[in-house]
Amino acid sequence: MTFTGFLIYKALLVLIVFTISLVIAMYSTYAERKVAAFMQDRLGPNRAGPFGLLQPLADGLKMFMKEEIIPNVSNKFLFILGPSIAMFTSCVTGAVIPWGGSLHIGGNVYPLQVTDINIGILYIMAITSIGVYGIMIGGWASNNKYSLLGALRASSQMISYEIAMGLAIIALVMHTGTLSLNKIAAMQTGWHWNIIYQPVGFIIFLICAFAETNRTPFDLPESDSELIGGYHTEYSSMKLGFYLFAEYINMFISSAIIATLYFGGYHMPFIDRLGLSDNFGAILGIVFLFSKIFFFIFFFMWVRWTLPRFRYDQLMNLGWKVLIPLSIFNVAFTGTLMWIFGRIH
Amino acid sequence: MQALTTRSKIAVNKKMTFMERIYIPAILGGMAITLRHFFKKKVTIQYPEQQREFAPIYRGHHVLKRDENGAERCTACGLCAVACPAEAITMVAAERKKGEEALYREEKYAEIYEINMLRCIFCGLCEEACPKEAIFLTDEMVLTDYARAGFVHGKDKLVEPMDKDKRIDVSKRQTKEVAEFKKHPEYAHNQVYTKSLKA
Repeated sequence: MTFTGFLIYKALLVLIVFTISLVIAMYSTYAERKVAAFMQDRLGPNRAGPFGLLQPLADGLKMFMKEEIIPNVSNKFLFILGPSIAMFTSCVTGAVIPWGGSLHIGGNVYPLQVTDINIGILYIMAITSIGVYGIMIGGWASNNKYSLLGALRASSQMISYEIAMGLAIIALVMHTGTLSLNKIAAMQTGWHWNIIYQPVGFIIFLICAFAETNRTPFDLPESDSELIGGYHTEYSSMKLGFYLFAEYINMFISSAIIATLYFGGYHMPFIDRLGLSDNFGAILGIVFLFSKIFFFIFFFMWVRWTLPRFRYDQLMNLGWKVLIPLSIFNVAFTGTLMWIFGRIH
Repeated sequence: MQALTTRSKIAVNKKMTFMERIYIPAILGGMAITLRHFFKKKVTIQYPEQQREFAPIYRGHHVLKRDENGAERCTACGLCAVACPAEAITMVAAERKKGEEALYREEKYAEIYEINMLRCIFCGLCEEACPKEAIFLTDEMVLTDYARAGFVHGKDKLVEPMDKDKRIDVSKRQTKEVAEFKKHPEYAHNQVYTKSLKA
């Protein structure tokens, strides 16, 4: 592959991943409203286009048409920086996720991953940590007590749950022996999904993923009954749209990460035995990965419309007193099992 | 004390068992409930296309009836205004002139008859009070408006059309007994004019 060919292929892949994240985030808003409606015996949006499919476009148009208000007392630079960081961090995480195997076209191999850095998981952890700044800066720059309280809640919640999440990932990394998401996905052929080896780690990671994406039951940062809108109270127009959009992209990326880390990524049991051609297998892999991702997006919504919100002390109790000890125990347990089965020398 | 509902549970502050404390079984139970609702039949009525069925005796917009010859039945006695608990009805009476016999049934009639639809509570007491079978509540809805003034309905909106085919059928609001009673010769003039009666 020539260098220009490589650049074009990578640019194309980046563009596709970016577009897909945005489109899925857009239709997640529609799906969320539909799922909410169906679970409450209603029909949901069904007027804009067939089955209401044009609703996200109408919502987006409305967002753009809204008056853009920047409060006088706010710090204008930070006020604009906040949603930009939130949107940026949620978009760049998609770069390290292996969306499928490799395509073989004209003697060249095209891996379906933007970049296979060997510390993929660390990269994701780092970026989600930066994501806190988007909320923190936005809440602080608004110069409003509700925004500040929401931002404080969000940052303390995300920092607390990152510890348990990191520890759950440590146990997983002990098992897989690599930090590269590509290798982790490639390892889980057939039924060797990591969920079978790391069930406790999966539950901890799932709970932390809910907390990291600020979804119910951990949606305290924007609990409307107590804090109006939380950190985005003062935001309007597309800056608010950026925050909401970033949340849905985060949900999509978290679903992709859960599917990659614990549910075999683009693998499906027994498919590798059918003897399909490499390219067809890779495309089928993308379909499998996306069906898993869509299931988890549905799962996120399903939980949201089932569970009530935590109280703040309950949230901190769960994070510090339950999940962190449990994840440390999980690390120790994994190590013990590996020692028993002779994988540590 | 007798329980007011069959669903009441006695709250106990007992210590939760381990299974209860990890919450996951309870969460899964809750999610099963929401999933069941996901596939249930939806209760939404798609309003402009679908309409909820009204009861035959629905109390909606009022109508001032005409008799079989097309003359207004109302004599502006004011009993409906007196009966009205919301004080929504006002009227001004006038004397019938020569040559207006086809328009008004009796010598006195209502020159102005107004019902404030924002005050009206649609109880139907005006209909009950009316000795002349002139006012009825129908199964039609009161139309919306942007201004309050538009909700004060005068005779232009209340009196039914002269054309016999466009008369508003209120027979559903009369019980069989009342309809039978009205056939007595002494009260025959008070029979409600409907298409079915005409036949």
